[in-house]
Amino acid sequence: MLKRRSVLQAIGGAAALAAPGMVAKLARAAEAVPLTTGLPPGEYNTATLDALPGKKPLIKLSYRPPNYETPTSYFASEFTPNDAFFVRYHLADIPDVIDPKTWKVKIGGEAAETPIELGLADLQSGFEQVEIAAVCQCSGNRRGLSDPHVPGVQWGLGAMGNALWKGVRLKDILAKVGLKKEAIELVLNGAEGPILEKTPDFIKSIPVWKALDENTLIAYSMNGQPLPHLNGAPARLIVPGWTATYWTKHIVTIDAVTKPFEGFWMKSAYRIPTGKFPVVDRFLTQEVPGSTPITEIVVNSLITAPGGPLREKPGKPIELRGIAWDGGYGVNRVEVSTDGGMNWHDATLGKDAGRFAFRQWSFRFTPAKKGSYTILAKASNKVGQTQADSLIFNPAGYHNNVPRPLTVTVA
Amino acid sequence: MKAVIALAVLLAGAFAAQADEKPVALKDAPGRETVTNTCNVCHSLDYIGTNSPFMTPQVWQAEVNKMINVFGAPATPEDAKVIIDYLVKNYGKPG
Repeated sequence: MLKRRSVLQAIGGAAALAAPGMVAKLARAAEAVPLTTGLPPGEYNTATLDALPGKKPLIKLSYRPPNYETPTSYFASEFTPNDAFFVRYHLADIPDVIDPKTWKVKIGGEAAETPIELGLADLQSGFEQVEIAAVCQCSGNRRGLSDPHVPGVQWGLGAMGNALWKGVRLKDILAKVGLKKEAIELVLNGAEGPILEKTPDFIKSIPVWKALDENTLIAYSMNGQPLPHLNGAPARLIVPGWTATYWTKHIVTIDAVTKPFEGFWMKSAYRIPTGKFPVVDRFLTQEVPGSTPITEIVVNSLITAPGGPLREKPGKPIELRGIAWDGGYGVNRVEVSTDGGMNWHDATLGKDAGRFAFRQWSFRFTPAKKGSYTILAKASNKVGQTQADSLIFNPAGYHNNVPRPLTVTVA
Repeated sequence: MKAVIALAVLLAGAFAAQADEKPVALKDAPGRETVTNTCNVCHSLDYIGTNSPFMTPQVWQAEVNKMINVFGAPATPEDAKVIIDYLVKNYGKPG
Protein backbone atom coordinates (compact mmCIF):
# COMPACT_ATOMS: atom_id res chain seq x y z
CA MET A 1 0.00 0.00 0.00
CA LEU A 2 1.22 3.40 -0.94
CA LYS A 3 1.98 5.67 1.96
CA ARG A 4 0.81 9.22 2.21
CA ARG A 5 4.27 10.67 1.84
CA SER A 6 4.79 8.86 -1.46
CA VAL A 7 1.40 10.02 -2.66
CA LEU A 8 2.37 13.60 -1.96
CA GLN A 9 5.66 13.11 -3.76
CA ALA A 10 3.79 11.52 -6.62
CA ILE A 11 1.25 14.28 -6.92
CA GLY A 12 4.12 16.67 -7.19
CA GLY A 13 4.58 20.38 -7.05
CA ALA A 14 1.26 21.38 -8.58
CA ALA A 15 -0.73 19.82 -5.77
CA ALA A 16 1.58 21.30 -3.17
CA LEU A 17 0.33 24.71 -4.28
CA ALA A 18 -3.30 23.65 -3.94
CA ALA A 19 -5.43 24.03 -0.84
CA PRO A 20 -4.61 21.53 1.95
CA GLY A 21 -8.11 20.03 1.70
CA MET A 22 -7.56 19.31 -1.96
CA VAL A 23 -4.25 17.56 -1.26
CA ALA A 24 -5.93 15.37 1.38
CA LYS A 25 -8.68 14.49 -1.10
CA LEU A 26 -6.17 13.55 -3.80
CA ALA A 27 -4.21 11.51 -1.30
CA ARG A 28 -7.30 9.59 -0.23
CA ALA A 29 -8.24 8.84 -3.83
CA ALA A 30 -4.75 7.57 -4.59
CA GLU A 31 -4.56 5.47 -1.44
CA ALA A 32 -7.51 3.41 -2.57
CA VAL A 33 -5.47 2.04 -5.48
CA PRO A 34 -2.79 -0.40 -4.29
CA LEU A 35 0.01 0.88 -6.50
CA THR A 36 3.65 0.26 -5.70
CA THR A 37 6.20 3.05 -5.42
CA GLY A 38 8.43 4.24 -8.25
CA LEU A 39 5.80 4.47 -11.00
CA PRO A 40 5.43 7.57 -13.21
CA PRO A 41 3.89 10.34 -11.06
CA GLY A 42 0.94 10.70 -13.44
CA GLU A 43 -0.08 7.12 -12.81
CA TYR A 44 -0.98 7.82 -9.18
CA ASN A 45 -3.80 10.16 -10.14
CA THR A 46 -4.85 8.31 -13.32
CA ALA A 47 -5.03 4.63 -12.30
CA THR A 48 -8.23 3.51 -10.59
CA LEU A 49 -9.68 0.33 -9.13
CA ASP A 50 -12.27 -0.89 -11.60
CA ALA A 51 -14.12 -4.14 -12.21
CA LEU A 52 -14.40 -5.55 -15.72
CA PRO A 53 -17.25 -7.99 -16.44
CA GLY A 54 -16.59 -11.21 -14.57
CA LYS A 55 -13.65 -9.71 -12.71
CA LYS A 56 -12.96 -8.36 -9.25
CA PRO A 57 -11.80 -4.73 -9.04
CA LEU A 58 -8.30 -4.66 -10.52
CA ILE A 59 -5.87 -1.80 -11.07
CA LYS A 60 -7.11 -0.11 -14.23
CA LEU A 61 -4.30 1.47 -16.21
CA SER A 62 -6.36 1.92 -19.39
CA TYR A 63 -10.03 1.30 -20.10
CA ARG A 64 -9.74 0.76 -23.85
CA PRO A 65 -8.07 -1.43 -24.84
CA PRO A 66 -8.40 -2.84 -21.32
CA ASN A 67 -5.15 -3.06 -19.39
CA TYR A 68 -5.80 -4.07 -15.79
CA GLU A 69 -3.24 -5.42 -13.35
CA THR A 70 -3.66 -7.76 -10.42
CA PRO A 71 -3.23 -6.20 -6.95
CA THR A 72 -0.30 -8.01 -5.34
CA SER A 73 -2.47 -9.20 -2.41
CA TYR A 74 -3.78 -11.92 -4.75
CA PHE A 75 -0.28 -13.41 -5.07
CA ALA A 76 -0.55 -14.69 -1.51
CA SER A 77 -2.28 -17.77 -2.94
CA GLU A 78 -0.38 -20.31 -5.03
CA PHE A 79 -2.75 -19.91 -7.97
CA THR A 80 -4.04 -16.52 -9.03
CA PRO A 81 -7.85 -16.51 -9.04
CA ASN A 82 -9.41 -16.27 -12.51
CA ASP A 83 -11.50 -13.28 -11.51
CA ALA A 84 -8.38 -11.43 -10.34
CA PHE A 85 -6.10 -12.45 -13.22
CA PHE A 86 -4.60 -9.49 -15.11
CA VAL A 87 -6.04 -8.36 -18.44
CA ARG A 88 -3.92 -7.10 -21.30
CA TYR A 89 -5.01 -6.11 -24.81
CA HIS A 90 -3.19 -4.15 -27.50
CA LEU A 91 -6.20 -3.48 -29.72
CA ALA A 92 -9.69 -2.40 -28.79
CA ASP A 93 -11.87 -4.39 -31.18
CA ILE A 94 -12.45 -7.27 -28.80
CA PRO A 95 -15.21 -9.68 -29.72
CA ASP A 96 -18.14 -10.09 -27.40
CA VAL A 97 -18.22 -13.47 -25.71
CA ILE A 98 -17.39 -16.09 -28.35
CA ASP A 99 -19.75 -19.08 -28.53
CA PRO A 100 -17.59 -22.10 -27.70
CA LYS A 101 -19.91 -24.26 -29.83
CA THR A 102 -19.18 -22.36 -33.03
CA TRP A 103 -15.57 -21.25 -32.35
CA LYS A 104 -12.90 -22.96 -34.44
CA VAL A 105 -9.14 -22.70 -34.76
CA LYS A 106 -7.68 -23.21 -38.24
CA ILE A 107 -4.24 -24.77 -38.42
CA GLY A 108 -2.65 -24.49 -41.83
CA GLY A 109 -0.30 -22.22 -43.74
CA GLU A 110 2.07 -22.74 -46.64
CA ALA A 111 4.21 -25.18 -44.64
CA ALA A 112 1.33 -27.39 -43.51
CA GLU A 113 0.63 -30.72 -45.26
CA THR A 114 -3.05 -31.06 -44.34
CA PRO A 115 -4.73 -27.94 -42.92
CA ILE A 116 -7.41 -28.68 -40.33
CA GLU A 117 -10.07 -26.86 -38.35
CA LEU A 118 -10.77 -27.81 -34.78
CA GLY A 119 -13.62 -26.85 -32.49
CA LEU A 120 -13.61 -27.07 -28.72
CA ALA A 121 -15.20 -30.53 -28.75
CA ASP A 122 -12.50 -31.74 -31.17
CA LEU A 123 -9.79 -30.49 -28.82
CA GLN A 124 -11.44 -32.14 -25.85
CA SER A 125 -12.02 -35.51 -27.50
CA GLY A 126 -9.40 -35.97 -30.19
CA PHE A 127 -6.17 -35.45 -28.27
CA GLU A 128 -4.49 -36.27 -24.97
CA GLN A 129 -5.61 -33.77 -22.32
CA VAL A 130 -2.70 -32.11 -20.52
CA GLU A 131 -2.52 -29.95 -17.38
CA ILE A 132 0.34 -27.64 -16.54
CA ALA A 133 0.88 -25.01 -13.84
CA ALA A 134 2.55 -21.99 -15.39
CA VAL A 135 3.16 -18.30 -14.86
CA CYS A 136 1.66 -16.02 -17.49
CA GLN A 137 3.65 -12.80 -17.30
CA CYS A 138 3.37 -9.82 -19.60
CA SER A 139 6.72 -8.87 -21.14
CA GLY A 140 6.14 -5.36 -19.83
CA ASN A 141 5.47 -6.34 -16.23
CA ARG A 142 7.26 -3.72 -14.06
CA ARG A 143 7.81 -1.40 -17.04
CA GLY A 144 6.46 1.43 -14.88
CA LEU A 145 9.46 0.96 -12.58
CA SER A 146 12.03 1.63 -15.28
CA ASP A 147 14.46 4.40 -14.38
CA PRO A 148 14.33 6.50 -16.48
CA HIS A 149 10.69 5.80 -17.34
CA VAL A 150 9.91 4.59 -20.85
CA PRO A 151 6.65 4.96 -22.83
CA GLY A 152 4.10 2.13 -22.80
CA VAL A 153 1.55 0.64 -20.45
CA GLN A 154 3.01 1.58 -17.07
CA TRP A 155 2.70 -1.81 -15.37
CA GLY A 156 3.60 -2.15 -11.74
CA LEU A 157 4.05 -5.59 -10.19
CA GLY A 158 0.81 -7.29 -11.21
CA ALA A 159 0.90 -7.98 -14.95
CA MET A 160 1.32 -11.65 -14.17
CA GLY A 161 -0.41 -14.62 -12.64
CA ASN A 162 0.01 -18.32 -12.00
CA ALA A 163 -2.65 -20.74 -13.17
CA LEU A 164 -3.28 -24.41 -13.79
CA TRP A 165 -3.92 -24.58 -17.52
CA LYS A 166 -5.61 -27.49 -19.25
CA GLY A 167 -5.61 -28.18 -22.95
CA VAL A 168 -3.88 -30.15 -25.66
CA ARG A 169 -0.31 -30.10 -26.89
CA LEU A 170 0.21 -27.99 -29.99
CA LYS A 171 2.72 -30.67 -30.96
CA ASP A 172 -0.02 -33.32 -31.09
CA ILE A 173 -2.15 -31.09 -33.31
CA LEU A 174 0.80 -30.34 -35.58
CA ALA A 175 1.49 -34.08 -35.89
CA LYS A 176 -1.99 -34.45 -37.32
CA VAL A 177 -1.51 -31.49 -39.66
CA GLY A 178 1.96 -32.51 -40.76
CA LEU A 179 4.67 -29.85 -40.99
CA LYS A 180 6.75 -29.62 -44.16
CA LYS A 181 10.47 -29.66 -43.53
CA GLU A 182 10.72 -26.01 -44.68
CA ALA A 183 8.54 -24.80 -41.78
CA ILE A 184 10.44 -22.37 -39.54
CA GLU A 185 7.77 -20.45 -37.60
CA LEU A 186 4.15 -20.78 -36.55
CA VAL A 187 2.15 -17.56 -36.96
CA LEU A 188 -0.54 -16.99 -34.31
CA ASN A 189 -3.62 -14.80 -34.56
CA GLY A 190 -6.49 -14.24 -32.16
CA ALA A 191 -10.03 -13.01 -32.76
CA GLU A 192 -9.46 -9.47 -31.50
CA GLY A 193 -8.36 -6.78 -33.93
CA PRO A 194 -7.66 -3.10 -34.44
CA ILE A 195 -10.21 -0.29 -34.62
CA LEU A 196 -8.65 1.14 -37.79
CA GLU A 197 -7.85 -0.92 -40.83
CA LYS A 198 -4.36 0.60 -41.03
CA THR A 199 -3.38 -0.50 -37.51
CA PRO A 200 -1.29 -3.70 -37.57
CA ASP A 201 -3.28 -6.62 -36.20
CA PHE A 202 -1.74 -8.26 -33.15
CA ILE A 203 -0.13 -11.27 -34.83
CA LYS A 204 2.82 -13.13 -33.31
CA SER A 205 5.04 -16.03 -34.29
CA ILE A 206 7.02 -18.68 -32.45
CA PRO A 207 9.81 -20.89 -33.75
CA VAL A 208 8.86 -24.41 -34.81
CA TRP A 209 10.99 -25.90 -32.03
CA LYS A 210 9.02 -24.00 -29.39
CA ALA A 211 5.72 -24.97 -31.00
CA LEU A 212 6.82 -28.60 -30.76
CA ASP A 213 7.80 -28.29 -27.09
CA GLU A 214 5.66 -30.70 -25.07
CA ASN A 215 4.66 -27.86 -22.72
CA THR A 216 3.22 -25.59 -25.43
CA LEU A 217 -0.55 -26.03 -25.32
CA ILE A 218 -3.80 -24.77 -26.74
CA ALA A 219 -5.62 -24.35 -23.43
CA TYR A 220 -9.35 -24.03 -22.84
CA SER A 221 -9.38 -24.24 -19.05
CA MET A 222 -7.74 -22.24 -16.29
CA ASN A 223 -7.78 -23.28 -12.64
CA GLY A 224 -10.49 -25.84 -13.39
CA GLN A 225 -12.85 -23.39 -15.11
CA PRO A 226 -13.34 -22.29 -18.70
CA LEU A 227 -11.00 -19.38 -19.52
CA PRO A 228 -12.47 -16.01 -18.55
CA HIS A 229 -13.46 -14.17 -21.74
CA LEU A 230 -10.88 -11.43 -21.13
CA ASN A 231 -8.15 -14.04 -20.63
CA GLY A 232 -8.68 -15.54 -24.07
CA ALA A 233 -11.79 -17.76 -24.21
CA PRO A 234 -12.64 -20.15 -25.71
CA ALA A 235 -8.98 -21.13 -26.10
CA ARG A 236 -5.55 -19.54 -26.05
CA LEU A 237 -1.98 -20.56 -26.55
CA ILE A 238 0.10 -21.42 -23.48
CA VAL A 239 3.85 -21.06 -23.96
CA PRO A 240 5.25 -21.91 -20.51
CA GLY A 241 8.51 -20.17 -19.72
CA TRP A 242 8.06 -17.47 -22.35
CA THR A 243 6.46 -14.09 -21.78
CA ALA A 244 2.74 -13.67 -22.43
CA THR A 245 3.16 -11.85 -25.75
CA TYR A 246 3.25 -15.33 -27.35
CA TRP A 247 0.23 -16.65 -25.41
CA THR A 248 -2.27 -15.65 -28.10
CA LYS A 249 -5.78 -15.18 -26.71
CA HIS A 250 -9.03 -16.19 -28.54
CA ILE A 251 -6.80 -18.10 -30.95
CA VAL A 252 -8.33 -18.53 -34.42
CA THR A 253 -5.44 -19.23 -36.82
CA ILE A 254 -2.08 -20.97 -36.58
CA ASP A 255 -0.10 -20.87 -39.82
CA ALA A 256 3.11 -22.75 -40.49
CA VAL A 257 5.38 -20.57 -42.62
CA THR A 258 8.68 -20.95 -44.45
CA LYS A 259 9.93 -17.36 -43.97
CA PRO A 260 10.26 -15.22 -40.85
CA PHE A 261 6.95 -13.48 -40.12
CA GLU A 262 7.32 -9.77 -40.92
CA GLY A 263 4.50 -8.16 -38.90
CA PHE A 264 5.00 -5.07 -36.74
CA TRP A 265 4.51 -6.98 -33.47
CA MET A 266 7.49 -9.21 -34.31
CA LYS A 267 9.77 -6.91 -36.30
CA SER A 268 9.47 -3.74 -34.21
CA ALA A 269 7.80 -4.58 -30.91
CA TYR A 270 8.70 -6.97 -28.11
CA ARG A 271 12.41 -6.82 -28.77
CA ILE A 272 15.39 -6.60 -26.44
CA PRO A 273 19.00 -5.64 -27.13
CA THR A 274 20.88 -8.83 -28.06
CA GLY A 275 23.13 -10.18 -25.35
CA LYS A 276 22.11 -7.74 -22.65
CA PHE A 277 20.14 -10.25 -20.57
CA PRO A 278 21.12 -13.68 -19.29
CA VAL A 279 18.55 -15.61 -21.31
CA VAL A 280 19.13 -19.01 -22.89
CA ASP A 281 16.31 -19.35 -25.45
CA ARG A 282 16.88 -17.44 -28.68
CA PHE A 283 14.43 -16.93 -31.51
CA LEU A 284 17.08 -16.94 -34.24
CA THR A 285 14.92 -16.55 -37.35
CA GLN A 286 13.74 -13.20 -35.94
CA GLU A 287 17.13 -11.90 -34.82
CA VAL A 288 18.70 -8.88 -36.50
CA PRO A 289 22.00 -7.22 -35.57
CA GLY A 290 21.63 -5.75 -32.09
CA SER A 291 18.03 -6.78 -31.52
CA THR A 292 16.27 -10.03 -30.72
CA PRO A 293 12.72 -10.98 -29.73
CA ILE A 294 12.00 -11.30 -26.04
CA THR A 295 11.70 -14.99 -25.13
CA GLU A 296 11.89 -16.49 -21.67
CA ILE A 297 10.88 -14.91 -18.37
CA VAL A 298 13.87 -13.87 -16.26
CA VAL A 299 14.19 -15.21 -12.72
CA ASN A 300 12.31 -13.02 -10.27
CA SER A 301 10.63 -12.86 -6.87
CA LEU A 302 8.16 -10.81 -4.88
CA ILE A 303 7.56 -10.36 -1.17
CA THR A 304 3.82 -10.86 -0.64
CA ALA A 305 3.65 -10.59 3.15
CA PRO A 306 3.80 -8.20 4.74
CA GLY A 307 2.11 -6.41 1.86
CA GLY A 308 3.70 -3.07 2.62
CA PRO A 309 5.90 -1.21 5.08
CA LEU A 310 5.51 -2.65 8.56
CA ARG A 311 6.03 -1.34 12.11
CA GLU A 312 6.87 -3.87 14.78
CA LYS A 313 8.20 -4.03 18.33
CA PRO A 314 11.72 -5.38 19.01
CA GLY A 315 11.85 -9.08 19.74
CA LYS A 316 8.67 -9.86 17.83
CA PRO A 317 9.09 -12.48 15.09
CA ILE A 318 8.20 -11.33 11.60
CA GLU A 319 7.02 -13.88 9.08
CA LEU A 320 7.98 -12.93 5.52
CA ARG A 321 6.31 -14.75 2.65
CA GLY A 322 6.64 -14.49 -1.07
CA ILE A 323 6.81 -16.09 -4.47
CA ALA A 324 9.59 -16.75 -6.97
CA TRP A 325 9.47 -17.82 -10.61
CA ASP A 326 11.57 -18.07 -13.75
CA GLY A 327 11.50 -19.16 -17.39
CA GLY A 328 11.06 -22.82 -16.54
CA TYR A 329 14.50 -23.91 -15.39
CA GLY A 330 13.09 -24.12 -11.87
CA VAL A 331 13.70 -21.85 -8.90
CA ASN A 332 15.93 -23.67 -6.45
CA ARG A 333 16.91 -20.92 -4.04
CA VAL A 334 15.46 -17.79 -2.50
CA GLU A 335 17.61 -15.63 -0.27
CA VAL A 336 16.44 -12.87 2.02
CA SER A 337 18.41 -9.91 3.31
CA THR A 338 17.24 -7.86 6.28
CA ASP A 339 20.02 -5.28 5.99
CA GLY A 340 19.58 -3.91 2.50
CA GLY A 341 21.61 -6.58 0.72
CA MET A 342 24.76 -6.82 2.85
CA ASN A 343 23.99 -10.28 4.24
CA TRP A 344 21.78 -12.97 2.72
CA HIS A 345 20.02 -15.94 4.34
CA ASP A 346 18.26 -18.88 2.70
CA ALA A 347 14.47 -18.78 2.79
CA THR A 348 12.41 -21.97 3.07
CA LEU A 349 10.93 -23.03 -0.24
CA GLY A 350 7.31 -24.21 -0.42
CA LYS A 351 6.01 -27.13 -2.41
CA ASP A 352 7.16 -27.52 -5.98
CA ALA A 353 4.14 -27.18 -8.28
CA GLY A 354 6.31 -27.58 -11.37
CA ARG A 355 9.16 -25.67 -12.91
CA PHE A 356 6.93 -23.11 -14.68
CA ALA A 357 4.84 -22.18 -11.62
CA PHE A 358 5.18 -19.72 -8.77
CA ARG A 359 7.30 -21.21 -6.00
CA GLN A 360 6.19 -19.99 -2.61
CA TRP A 361 8.76 -19.27 0.10
CA SER A 362 8.90 -18.04 3.68
CA PHE A 363 11.45 -16.57 6.04
CA ARG A 364 11.14 -15.72 9.69
CA PHE A 365 13.30 -13.18 11.44
CA THR A 366 13.18 -11.55 14.83
CA PRO A 367 14.69 -8.07 14.92
CA ALA A 368 16.28 -7.54 18.32
CA LYS A 369 17.23 -3.89 17.93
CA LYS A 370 15.20 -0.81 17.17
CA GLY A 371 15.76 0.72 13.79
CA SER A 372 14.82 0.58 10.15
CA TYR A 373 15.32 -2.73 8.33
CA THR A 374 15.45 -2.95 4.55
CA ILE A 375 14.20 -6.36 3.47
CA LEU A 376 15.11 -7.78 0.06
CA ALA A 377 14.41 -11.13 -1.57
CA LYS A 378 16.46 -12.66 -4.37
CA ALA A 379 15.68 -15.85 -6.30
CA SER A 380 18.05 -18.11 -8.25
CA ASN A 381 17.33 -21.02 -10.55
CA LYS A 382 18.77 -24.38 -11.52
CA VAL A 383 20.88 -22.97 -14.36
CA GLY A 384 22.57 -20.49 -12.00
CA GLN A 385 20.67 -17.37 -13.01
CA THR A 386 19.84 -14.86 -10.32
CA GLN A 387 18.11 -11.50 -10.09
CA ALA A 388 19.96 -8.41 -11.30
CA ASP A 389 21.49 -6.16 -8.63
CA SER A 390 20.63 -3.06 -10.62
CA LEU A 391 18.37 -2.26 -13.54
CA ILE A 392 19.44 -3.45 -16.97
CA PHE A 393 17.93 -0.55 -18.87
CA ASN A 394 16.31 -1.21 -22.23
CA PRO A 395 14.02 1.05 -24.30
CA ALA A 396 10.87 -1.03 -23.81
CA GLY A 397 11.35 -1.56 -20.07
CA TYR A 398 11.40 -5.36 -20.18
CA HIS A 399 12.93 -7.93 -17.82
CA ASN A 400 13.07 -5.79 -14.67
CA ASN A 401 13.98 -8.27 -11.94
CA VAL A 402 15.75 -5.97 -9.50
CA PRO A 403 14.81 -6.92 -5.90
CA ARG A 404 12.16 -4.60 -4.43
CA PRO A 405 12.96 -3.25 -0.96
CA LEU A 406 10.43 -3.52 1.87
CA THR A 407 10.91 -1.37 4.97
CA VAL A 408 10.30 -2.75 8.45
CA THR A 409 10.49 -0.17 11.22
CA VAL A 410 11.25 -1.60 14.62
CA ALA A 411 10.39 0.83 17.41
CA MET B 1 -12.57 11.48 -40.49
CA LYS B 2 -16.18 11.65 -39.24
CA ALA B 3 -16.84 8.19 -40.65
CA VAL B 4 -13.73 6.89 -38.88
CA ILE B 5 -14.92 8.24 -35.56
CA ALA B 6 -18.43 6.90 -36.09
CA LEU B 7 -16.99 3.47 -36.83
CA ALA B 8 -14.74 3.64 -33.80
CA VAL B 9 -17.64 4.63 -31.57
CA LEU B 10 -19.62 1.74 -32.98
CA LEU B 11 -16.82 -0.75 -32.40
CA ALA B 12 -15.95 0.63 -28.99
CA GLY B 13 -19.65 0.33 -28.21
CA ALA B 14 -19.48 -3.44 -28.47
CA PHE B 15 -16.90 -3.56 -25.73
CA ALA B 16 -18.26 -0.58 -23.80
CA ALA B 17 -21.43 -2.59 -23.36
CA GLN B 18 -19.35 -4.90 -21.19
CA ALA B 19 -16.91 -2.49 -19.63
CA ASP B 20 -17.87 0.53 -17.65
CA GLU B 21 -15.58 3.04 -19.31
CA LYS B 22 -15.71 6.37 -17.57
CA PRO B 23 -14.77 9.56 -19.38
CA VAL B 24 -11.14 10.56 -18.85
CA ALA B 25 -10.75 14.31 -18.51
CA LEU B 26 -7.61 15.73 -20.02
CA LYS B 27 -6.17 19.05 -18.85
CA ASP B 28 -8.08 22.00 -20.26
CA ALA B 29 -5.62 23.72 -22.58
CA PRO B 30 -5.39 24.63 -26.26
CA GLY B 31 -5.35 21.48 -28.39
CA ARG B 32 -7.39 19.33 -26.04
CA GLU B 33 -10.19 18.87 -28.57
CA THR B 34 -7.83 17.71 -31.31
CA VAL B 35 -6.13 15.29 -28.92
CA THR B 36 -9.46 13.92 -27.74
CA ASN B 37 -10.93 13.54 -31.21
CA THR B 38 -7.83 11.88 -32.62
CA CYS B 39 -6.43 9.68 -29.86
CA ASN B 40 -9.74 8.53 -28.41
CA VAL B 41 -10.62 6.79 -31.68
CA CYS B 42 -8.39 3.83 -30.82
CA HIS B 43 -7.68 4.12 -27.10
CA SER B 44 -8.98 5.70 -23.94
CA LEU B 45 -7.22 8.87 -22.86
CA ASP B 46 -5.93 7.49 -19.56
CA TYR B 47 -2.86 6.29 -21.53
CA ILE B 48 -1.74 9.92 -21.54
CA GLY B 49 -1.99 10.48 -17.79
CA THR B 50 -0.23 7.25 -16.82
CA ASN B 51 2.58 8.09 -19.27
CA SER B 52 3.36 11.40 -17.60
CA PRO B 53 5.19 13.53 -16.88
CA PHE B 54 8.45 12.03 -18.03
CA MET B 55 8.53 12.25 -21.82
CA THR B 56 10.75 14.86 -23.42
CA PRO B 57 9.44 16.73 -26.49
CA GLN B 58 11.42 14.32 -28.70
CA VAL B 59 9.84 11.27 -27.07
CA TRP B 60 6.28 12.67 -27.32
CA GLN B 61 6.95 13.52 -30.95
CA ALA B 62 8.15 9.98 -31.62
CA GLU B 63 5.07 8.53 -29.92
CA VAL B 64 2.66 10.68 -31.91
CA ASN B 65 4.50 9.93 -35.14
CA LYS B 66 4.32 6.20 -34.38
CA MET B 67 0.58 6.47 -33.80
CA ILE B 68 0.13 8.21 -37.15
CA ASN B 69 2.66 6.38 -39.33
CA VAL B 70 2.49 2.87 -37.91
CA PHE B 71 -0.97 2.68 -36.34
CA GLY B 72 -2.76 4.90 -38.86
CA ALA B 73 -4.11 7.54 -36.48
CA PRO B 74 -6.30 9.90 -38.55
CA ALA B 75 -4.32 13.13 -38.11
CA THR B 76 -3.19 15.75 -40.61
CA PRO B 77 0.31 17.22 -40.21
CA GLU B 78 -1.37 20.27 -38.63
CA ASP B 79 -3.25 18.05 -36.17
CA ALA B 80 0.01 16.27 -35.32
CA LYS B 81 1.66 19.57 -34.49
CA VAL B 82 -1.23 20.60 -32.23
CA ILE B 83 -1.26 17.20 -30.50
CA ILE B 84 2.49 17.13 -29.87
CA ASP B 85 2.41 20.70 -28.59
CA TYR B 86 -0.46 19.90 -26.20
CA LEU B 87 1.18 16.74 -24.85
CA VAL B 88 4.58 18.37 -24.39
CA LYS B 89 3.12 21.36 -22.54
CA ASN B 90 0.58 19.50 -20.40
CA TYR B 91 1.96 15.99 -19.99
CA GLY B 92 5.63 16.38 -20.79
CA LYS B 93 8.74 16.24 -18.67
CA PRO B 94 8.99 19.50 -16.73
CA GLY B 95 11.79 21.56 -18.24
